[in-house]
Amino acid sequence: MKKSFLFVSCDEAQHICDKAQYGEASTSERLKLMLRLLYCHVTKTYSKKNTKLSETIETSKVQCLKAEERNKLQSEFEKELSKQ
Amino acid sequence: MPKHQINPNDWVKLYSDYLFNYTITRVSDREIAQDLISETFLAGLKSMVNFKGEASERTWLISILKRKIIDHYRKINSNKGKAEVRMNYHSDTETEGDWLEERVSDASDKTAEDTLVNSELGDAIYDCLGKLPEKQAEVFKMKTMLDYDTETICKELDITASNLWVIIHRARTSLAECMEKNWYN
Repeated sequence: MKKSFLFVSCDEAQHICDKAQYGEASTSERLKLMLRLLYCHVTKTYSKKNTKLSETIETSKVQCLKAEERNKLQSEFEKELSKQ
Repeated sequence: MPKHQINPNDWVKLYSDYLFNYTITRVSDREIAQDLISETFLAGLKSMVNFKGEASERTWLISILKRKIIDHYRKINSNKGKAEVRMNYHSDTETEGDWLEERVSDASDKTAEDTLVNSELGDAIYDCLGKLPEKQAEVFKMKTMLDYDTETICKELDITASNLWVIIHRARTSLAECMEKNWYN
Protein backbone atom coordinates (compact mmCIF):
# COMPACT_ATOMS: atom_id res chain seq x y z
CA MET A 1 0.00 0.00 0.00
CA LYS A 2 1.31 3.44 -0.87
CA LYS A 3 2.14 5.50 2.17
CA SER A 4 0.24 8.78 2.44
CA PHE A 5 2.35 11.90 1.99
CA LEU A 6 0.89 13.28 5.20
CA PHE A 7 2.19 10.51 7.39
CA VAL A 8 5.77 10.44 8.60
CA SER A 9 7.70 7.98 10.73
CA CYS A 10 8.62 8.71 14.32
CA ASP A 11 12.24 9.44 13.34
CA GLU A 12 11.15 11.81 10.60
CA ALA A 13 8.77 13.55 13.00
CA GLN A 14 11.60 14.05 15.51
CA HIS A 15 13.79 15.45 12.75
CA ILE A 16 11.06 17.92 11.81
CA CYS A 17 10.66 18.78 15.49
CA ASP A 18 14.39 19.59 15.69
CA LYS A 19 14.17 21.78 12.60
CA ALA A 20 11.09 23.52 14.02
CA GLN A 21 13.11 24.60 17.09
CA TYR A 22 15.20 26.75 14.75
CA GLY A 23 12.29 27.87 12.57
CA GLU A 24 13.56 25.73 9.70
CA ALA A 25 10.59 23.40 9.25
CA SER A 26 8.36 24.13 6.27
CA THR A 27 4.58 24.47 6.58
CA SER A 28 3.99 21.01 5.14
CA GLU A 29 6.54 19.52 7.53
CA ARG A 30 4.89 21.21 10.50
CA LEU A 31 1.54 19.85 9.35
CA LYS A 32 2.98 16.33 9.19
CA LEU A 33 4.45 16.77 12.67
CA MET A 34 1.15 18.01 14.09
CA LEU A 35 -0.65 15.05 12.62
CA ARG A 36 1.85 12.62 14.10
CA LEU A 37 1.58 14.36 17.49
CA LEU A 38 -2.13 13.47 17.58
CA TYR A 39 -1.52 9.76 17.92
CA CYS A 40 2.19 9.08 18.64
CA HIS A 41 3.14 9.11 22.29
CA VAL A 42 6.89 8.87 21.57
CA THR A 43 6.82 11.90 19.26
CA LYS A 44 4.69 13.81 21.77
CA THR A 45 7.17 13.14 24.60
CA TYR A 46 10.13 14.06 22.41
CA SER A 47 8.46 17.24 21.20
CA LYS A 48 7.60 18.28 24.75
CA LYS A 49 11.18 17.78 25.98
CA ASN A 50 12.64 19.45 22.90
CA THR A 51 10.45 22.53 23.25
CA LYS A 52 11.24 22.73 26.96
CA LEU A 53 14.97 22.67 26.15
CA SER A 54 14.56 25.48 23.62
CA GLU A 55 12.64 27.56 26.17
CA THR A 56 15.29 26.91 28.81
CA ILE A 57 18.13 27.99 26.51
CA GLU A 58 16.12 31.06 25.47
CA THR A 59 15.43 32.03 29.10
CA SER A 60 19.03 31.54 30.18
CA LYS A 61 20.37 33.88 27.48
CA VAL A 62 23.45 31.66 27.61
CA GLN A 63 26.25 32.81 25.33
CA CYS A 64 29.48 31.48 23.91
CA LEU A 65 32.48 32.70 21.94
CA LYS A 66 32.52 32.76 18.16
CA ALA A 67 35.13 30.49 16.57
CA GLU A 68 37.30 33.44 15.51
CA GLU A 69 37.14 34.95 19.01
CA ARG A 70 38.18 31.63 20.56
CA ASN A 71 41.00 31.22 18.03
CA LYS A 72 42.30 34.71 18.85
CA LEU A 73 42.22 33.90 22.56
CA GLN A 74 43.99 30.60 21.87
CA SER A 75 46.79 32.12 19.78
CA GLU A 76 47.41 34.92 22.31
CA PHE A 77 47.52 32.42 25.15
CA GLU A 78 49.78 30.06 23.22
CA LYS A 79 52.32 32.87 22.86
CA GLU A 80 52.36 33.26 26.63
CA LEU A 81 52.50 29.51 27.14
CA SER A 82 55.55 29.23 24.92
CA LYS A 83 57.36 31.77 27.12
CA GLN A 84 56.87 29.49 30.14
CA MET B 1 47.99 13.51 45.78
CA PRO B 2 45.81 16.51 44.76
CA LYS B 3 42.25 15.77 43.66
CA HIS B 4 42.57 17.92 40.54
CA GLN B 5 45.40 18.43 38.10
CA ILE B 6 46.21 21.59 36.19
CA ASN B 7 46.77 21.69 32.46
CA PRO B 8 46.87 25.17 30.89
CA ASN B 9 47.16 23.74 27.36
CA ASP B 10 43.46 22.84 27.48
CA TRP B 11 42.13 25.95 29.23
CA VAL B 12 40.91 27.78 26.12
CA LYS B 13 39.27 24.68 24.67
CA LEU B 14 37.64 23.57 27.92
CA TYR B 15 36.77 26.75 29.76
CA SER B 16 36.72 29.78 27.46
CA ASP B 17 33.00 29.50 26.62
CA TYR B 18 32.04 28.91 30.23
CA LEU B 19 34.13 31.85 31.43
CA PHE B 20 32.77 33.99 28.60
CA ASN B 21 29.17 33.28 29.58
CA TYR B 22 30.02 34.07 33.21
CA THR B 23 31.67 37.35 32.23
CA ILE B 24 29.25 38.60 29.58
CA THR B 25 26.33 38.46 32.03
CA ARG B 26 28.34 40.75 34.30
CA VAL B 27 30.01 43.20 31.91
CA SER B 28 27.68 43.13 28.86
CA ASP B 29 30.45 43.83 26.37
CA ARG B 30 31.98 41.07 24.23
CA GLU B 31 35.39 42.72 23.86
CA ILE B 32 35.77 43.55 27.54
CA ALA B 33 34.65 40.01 28.39
CA GLN B 34 37.33 38.54 26.11
CA ASP B 35 40.00 40.82 27.57
CA LEU B 36 39.05 39.76 31.09
CA ILE B 37 39.20 36.08 30.13
CA SER B 38 42.58 36.59 28.52
CA GLU B 39 43.83 38.33 31.68
CA THR B 40 42.40 35.49 33.76
CA PHE B 41 44.29 32.85 31.80
CA LEU B 42 47.51 34.85 32.07
CA ALA B 43 47.04 35.36 35.82
CA GLY B 44 46.30 31.64 36.14
CA LEU B 45 49.46 30.80 34.29
CA LYS B 46 51.53 33.04 36.57
CA SER B 47 50.01 31.66 39.75
CA MET B 48 49.86 28.01 38.73
CA VAL B 49 52.22 27.13 41.57
CA ASN B 50 49.50 28.20 44.02
CA PHE B 51 47.01 25.68 42.62
CA LYS B 52 46.56 23.13 45.38
CA GLY B 53 44.23 20.84 43.45
CA GLU B 54 41.48 20.97 46.07
CA ALA B 55 39.06 22.73 43.73
CA SER B 56 38.59 21.98 40.05
CA GLU B 57 40.54 23.97 37.47
CA ARG B 58 37.30 25.65 36.40
CA THR B 59 36.43 26.76 39.94
CA TRP B 60 39.96 28.04 40.41
CA LEU B 61 39.85 30.02 37.15
CA ILE B 62 36.44 31.45 38.07
CA SER B 63 37.84 32.71 41.37
CA ILE B 64 40.57 34.55 39.43
CA LEU B 65 38.03 35.86 36.92
CA LYS B 66 35.82 37.20 39.73
CA ARG B 67 38.72 39.31 40.96
CA LYS B 68 39.39 40.53 37.42
CA ILE B 69 35.76 41.61 37.06
CA ILE B 70 35.87 43.44 40.40
CA ASP B 71 39.11 45.17 39.32
CA HIS B 72 37.44 46.15 36.05
CA TYR B 73 34.57 47.85 37.90
CA ARG B 74 37.00 49.48 40.34
CA LYS B 75 38.82 50.99 37.38
CA ILE B 76 35.56 52.31 35.94
CA ASN B 77 34.51 53.72 39.31
CA SER B 78 37.82 55.43 39.82
CA ASN B 79 36.86 57.57 36.82
CA LYS B 80 33.42 58.39 38.16
CA GLY B 81 34.41 61.96 39.10
CA LYS B 82 34.82 62.61 35.42
CA ALA B 83 31.40 61.27 34.57
CA GLU B 84 28.26 63.33 34.47
CA VAL B 85 24.93 61.73 35.35
CA ARG B 86 21.87 63.26 33.78
CA MET B 87 18.31 62.52 34.84
CA ASN B 88 15.33 64.20 33.26
CA TYR B 89 12.53 65.05 35.66
CA HIS B 90 9.20 66.52 34.59
CA SER B 91 9.04 70.15 35.54
CA ASP B 92 5.41 70.93 34.78
CA THR B 93 3.01 70.88 37.73
CA GLU B 94 0.57 68.32 36.27
CA THR B 95 3.12 65.57 36.13
CA GLU B 96 5.11 66.69 39.14
CA GLY B 97 5.84 63.78 41.45
CA ASP B 98 5.20 61.19 38.75
CA TRP B 99 8.93 60.77 38.27
CA LEU B 100 9.15 58.74 41.44
CA GLU B 101 6.61 56.20 40.18
CA GLU B 102 8.34 56.09 36.84
CA ARG B 103 11.50 55.11 38.58
CA VAL B 104 10.15 52.36 40.80
CA SER B 105 11.00 48.92 39.58
CA ASP B 106 9.75 48.05 36.15
CA ALA B 107 8.50 44.48 35.78
CA SER B 108 10.61 44.12 32.68
CA ASP B 109 13.77 45.22 34.52
CA LYS B 110 16.29 42.51 35.22
CA THR B 111 16.53 42.03 38.97
CA ALA B 112 19.50 40.66 40.85
CA GLU B 113 17.49 37.50 41.46
CA ASP B 114 16.85 37.05 37.72
CA THR B 115 20.55 37.48 37.07
CA LEU B 116 21.38 34.88 39.70
CA VAL B 117 18.88 32.35 38.33
CA ASN B 118 20.13 32.94 34.78
CA SER B 119 23.71 32.55 35.94
CA GLU B 120 22.94 29.25 37.70
CA LEU B 121 20.95 28.08 34.69
CA GLY B 122 23.87 29.00 32.44
CA ASP B 123 26.15 26.93 34.70
CA ALA B 124 23.77 23.95 34.47
CA ILE B 125 23.66 24.22 30.67
CA TYR B 126 27.45 24.40 30.46
CA ASP B 127 27.79 21.43 32.83
CA CYS B 128 25.56 19.42 30.49
CA LEU B 129 27.32 20.70 27.37
CA GLY B 130 30.59 19.58 28.92
CA LYS B 131 29.32 16.00 28.94
CA LEU B 132 28.66 15.99 25.18
CA PRO B 133 31.23 14.85 22.62
CA GLU B 134 33.24 17.88 21.45
CA LYS B 135 31.73 17.98 17.95
CA GLN B 136 28.15 17.79 19.24
CA ALA B 137 28.76 20.61 21.70
CA GLU B 138 30.40 22.72 19.00
CA VAL B 139 27.57 22.26 16.48
CA PHE B 140 24.92 22.83 19.15
CA LYS B 141 26.57 26.06 20.32
CA MET B 142 26.93 27.37 16.77
CA LYS B 143 23.34 26.58 15.89
CA THR B 144 21.60 27.44 19.15
CA MET B 145 23.66 30.09 20.91
CA LEU B 146 25.28 31.85 17.97
CA ASP B 147 22.23 31.44 15.68
CA TYR B 148 24.36 30.48 12.68
CA ASP B 149 22.40 29.17 9.74
CA THR B 150 22.73 25.57 8.64
CA GLU B 151 24.70 26.41 5.50
CA THR B 152 27.33 28.44 7.39
CA ILE B 153 27.92 25.67 9.94
CA CYS B 154 28.13 23.03 7.21
CA LYS B 155 30.71 25.10 5.32
CA GLU B 156 32.73 25.92 8.42
CA LEU B 157 32.83 22.36 9.74
CA ASP B 158 32.78 20.64 6.36
CA ILE B 159 29.72 18.51 7.08
CA THR B 160 26.50 17.87 5.18
CA ALA B 161 23.14 19.25 6.27
CA SER B 162 21.83 15.79 7.13
CA ASN B 163 24.98 15.20 9.17
CA LEU B 164 24.34 18.45 11.02
CA TRP B 165 20.77 17.48 11.90
CA VAL B 166 21.87 14.08 13.19
CA ILE B 167 24.43 15.81 15.43
CA ILE B 168 21.86 18.35 16.58
CA HIS B 169 19.36 15.58 17.34
CA ARG B 170 21.88 13.66 19.46
CA ALA B 171 23.01 16.80 21.25
CA ARG B 172 19.45 17.90 22.01
CA THR B 173 18.44 14.45 23.26
CA SER B 174 21.44 14.24 25.62
CA LEU B 175 21.06 17.81 26.79
CA ALA B 176 17.33 17.43 27.48
CA GLU B 177 18.06 14.30 29.53
CA CYS B 178 20.89 15.97 31.43
CA MET B 179 18.86 19.09 32.17
CA GLU B 180 15.96 16.92 33.30
CA LYS B 181 18.23 15.30 35.90
CA ASN B 182 20.22 18.35 36.96
CA TRP B 183 17.97 21.34 36.58
CA TYR B 184 14.25 20.64 36.18
CA ASN B 185 14.08 18.14 39.06
